[in-house]
Amino acid sequence: MINWVSDLLFWIVFSAILYSLRRQRIFWTVGALGLLLLFNQFFTPGFFHIQLLDGHLYGSRIDVLNQGAKVMLLSLGMVLVIATGGVDLSVGAVMAISAAVSSRLLVTEHQPAGVAIAAALVICVVAGAWNGLLVAGFGIQPIIATLVLMVAGRGVAQLITEGQIINFLDPTMVYLGNGHLFGLPFTLTLVVVMLVLTLFLVRRTALGLFIESVGDNYEASRYSGINARQVKFLVYTFSGLCAGLAGLVACSNIKSADANNIGLYLELDAILAVVVGGTSLQGGRFYLVGAVVGALFIQTLTTTLYARNVSSDVSPVPKALVIIGVCLFQSDLFRTRMVQLFRPLGTVLKQISGRIPHKVLTAPRHDSPKP
Amino acid sequence: MATPLLEVTALSKGFPGVKALDAVDVTVQAGEIHALMGENGAGKSTLIKVLTGVFPRDAGETRLEGKIIVPKSPREAEALGISTVYQEVNLIPHLSVAENIGLGRQPTLLGAIRWGAIAKRARAALGRLDLSLDLERQLSSYSIAVQQMVAIARALDISAKLLILDEPTSSLDKTEVEELFKKLRKLREGGLGIIFITHFLEQVYRISDTITVLRNGRRVGCFATKELPRIKLVSHMIGKDVLEVEALGRNRASSATIRSDQPMLEAKGLGRKGFIHSLDLEIRPGEVLGLAGLLGSGRTETARLLFGVDRPDQGTVFINRRAVKFNSPRAAIRYRIALTPEDRKMAGIIPNLTVRENIVVALQASRGPWRRLPVAEQEKVADRFIQSLDIKTPSREQFVRNLSGGNQQKVLLARWLATEPKLFILDEPTRGIDVGAKAEIEKLIQSLRLDGLAVLFISSELEEIVRQSQRVVILRDRRKVGELTEAEISEEAIMQSIATADMERPAA
Repeated sequence: MINWVSDLLFWIVFSAILYSLRRQRIFWTVGALGLLLLFNQFFTPGFFHIQLLDGHLYGSRIDVLNQGAKVMLLSLGMVLVIATGGVDLSVGAVMAISAAVSSRLLVTEHQPAGVAIAAALVICVVAGAWNGLLVAGFGIQPIIATLVLMVAGRGVAQLITEGQIINFLDPTMVYLGNGHLFGLPFTLTLVVVMLVLTLFLVRRTALGLFIESVGDNYEASRYSGINARQVKFLVYTFSGLCAGLAGLVACSNIKSADANNIGLYLELDAILAVVVGGTSLQGGRFYLVGAVVGALFIQTLTTTLYARNVSSDVSPVPKALVIIGVCLFQSDLFRTRMVQLFRPLGTVLKQISGRIPHKVLTAPRHDSPKP
Repeated sequence: MATPLLEVTALSKGFPGVKALDAVDVTVQAGEIHALMGENGAGKSTLIKVLTGVFPRDAGETRLEGKIIVPKSPREAEALGISTVYQEVNLIPHLSVAENIGLGRQPTLLGAIRWGAIAKRARAALGRLDLSLDLERQLSSYSIAVQQMVAIARALDISAKLLILDEPTSSLDKTEVEELFKKLRKLREGGLGIIFITHFLEQVYRISDTITVLRNGRRVGCFATKELPRIKLVSHMIGKDVLEVEALGRNRASSATIRSDQPMLEAKGLGRKGFIHSLDLEIRPGEVLGLAGLLGSGRTETARLLFGVDRPDQGTVFINRRAVKFNSPRAAIRYRIALTPEDRKMAGIIPNLTVRENIVVALQASRGPWRRLPVAEQEKVADRFIQSLDIKTPSREQFVRNLSGGNQQKVLLARWLATEPKLFILDEPTRGIDVGAKAEIEKLIQSLRLDGLAVLFISSELEEIVRQSQRVVILRDRRKVGELTEAEISEEAIMQSIATADMERPAA
């Protein structure tokens, strides 16, 4: 009974949000998420089940938020990098470095958690700055420049952990990925704080304008006096920071640092999240909230497939299909084509309805456009 | 009179929010060169695109040799005999001449391309233009002018009856234009109908037989070129009175302005190897310095050095008598220098940002990323310039890519005016924009000068240089070859200077 009410409430709020976004680019992303949730509402038993245990909320939707935190964090950095016309392939490896540095300091070197976390973040910022230096300073193509760290980063992480999987039990570190705040997973707070911080950084300063200018027309931005190199350098550095945070969450989730597997392939999920969020890979306009919703969408999809017992070996296939669909629907061209395709159907329907006496269908309407 | 080659009646085409063509009639005879004139946005391109099947029409009909045609694609139009050569050469530089001509309609035998047949057809097509080129040579090894000819040859390769040329001369120099016109006259004698679109009035008068003028999607009229005075044509195009237009034209900049003798910017021996030979320049406040020369004579290169886009490797720049060094536009902007580039698309507009963002971007860049101009302030700046420069845009939040060329240029001017520059470098500010906007920009330049700005004005149109500048520096082959002041300035003098430059140069 309680669940029924809360579901209804959830959908009312969701519809209101969707409606308020109807003229915005991220409408399609949020709409896609809504469709996916709607599907789960009816066909995945227990997906909408939520329960309160020890003052903490549990349920599939909460899992989605918790599990999606890593990609959401990554997508914050990734969306800015992509907006400048680049891409950062190294974030998965940087996550591994972050995990390796923090747990080594914590366990092997017996440092307090605060020091471990701070050091990991600093190292990841340096890693991001390295990418920025290669791209902005030396003019190396982003895909190549960040590929260097993508390949080498895991090696560095292995060196730091000396090839071991380091387990830890430090309460602060464990709290990062498993703790609860206000009844919700702490990771959610982390994502919200980072999102607000990033929004502030790009929209309350002129950085957002500069990033979009540089991505849209590099040469013209330079002619306008924008320090285009600095802008590029900054976004890669910021992406490093985001990857560092995501890495801390990832190793905290499993209470250990496994340099081989932490953040594996997550750079691809982050890129997907950005694209699903409405930002073009060619750069220019970017949608920060869109990217985060995109990350949520991908996580929801993953969780849905889990919940429906789709084996993890084949789950990439339905995932790919759905993502292709979402991307197609964001394209104006595709939507126009679809409308054209289905217009004959509309005409037929109109003809059929034309045969039925007008009064039968509805009371006279004054607002309907004249044919 | 015989059946006209092309007869368009009551052609209409609308786009959401605009009526691009409103019941337009055009008649082209065989063996006629028909100029299609109008400002940007008058509907010339739309007309061409409907004729060649790029856009579907809303109403009206087209008859080719008396038969109704409804081409649905450029390919279909080509098959019917309507061929088009677009403004930018639409060929593939890395392929050979023959391949470019045959591309897309290769004769094949069992799926294999018959190179022999291609070569034969290419030779025939070039023959019609009296061109003898090496068919195997890579297209890019030829000059732009020759590439343009190849594009025309390609258009003629299929049995064309009507040839449409959209701004074919915008990237050609004087002799090349002459060459092109010779070919066009020959084609005309052969009975081909030609529709010719250009911004250059002079060329229209030199080559065309008939002129159709469009304005705001309507046909203003169709005139025999001989019977239409130039000033009348302009007034038809911009929809203003003849007297008003004459006033615009006579507005030769008077030289009596407050002017300090101290140069705002002075360049001594400025140059860069393989780019521009070292030259001296002086620009004073309240003065328009014209930079004249043929395409490729080093005008743009000079501007780029002064604006810090490229680094000079010799010479010094002084600003208010102090030696300065810029190695980026950012540094130049700090000394209140502004530049609107020759290539608007490449280095000017930021297409997917709004008009407002495009206007404030340089101002914001000079404030740095952290001191953001509040949105209300941005809107004020944008609105002020949209109004004062009369930028035609539905709103300040419109994407710049949706604006016409002239309005994009105005946005760029606004971008720099917002930074309140002391030296404004204008590289071809009137290229590819319509007569009305051109006159407005010229007027703006004069008012800037009167406000005490130093202006460096670069243009290919000598007429414009003469009208605008108080001093003219002439470049040729990447060197400064002369300087004219005040009364000496005239088109003849500039041309003379370009022509005799060879003799003045020491024989080294």
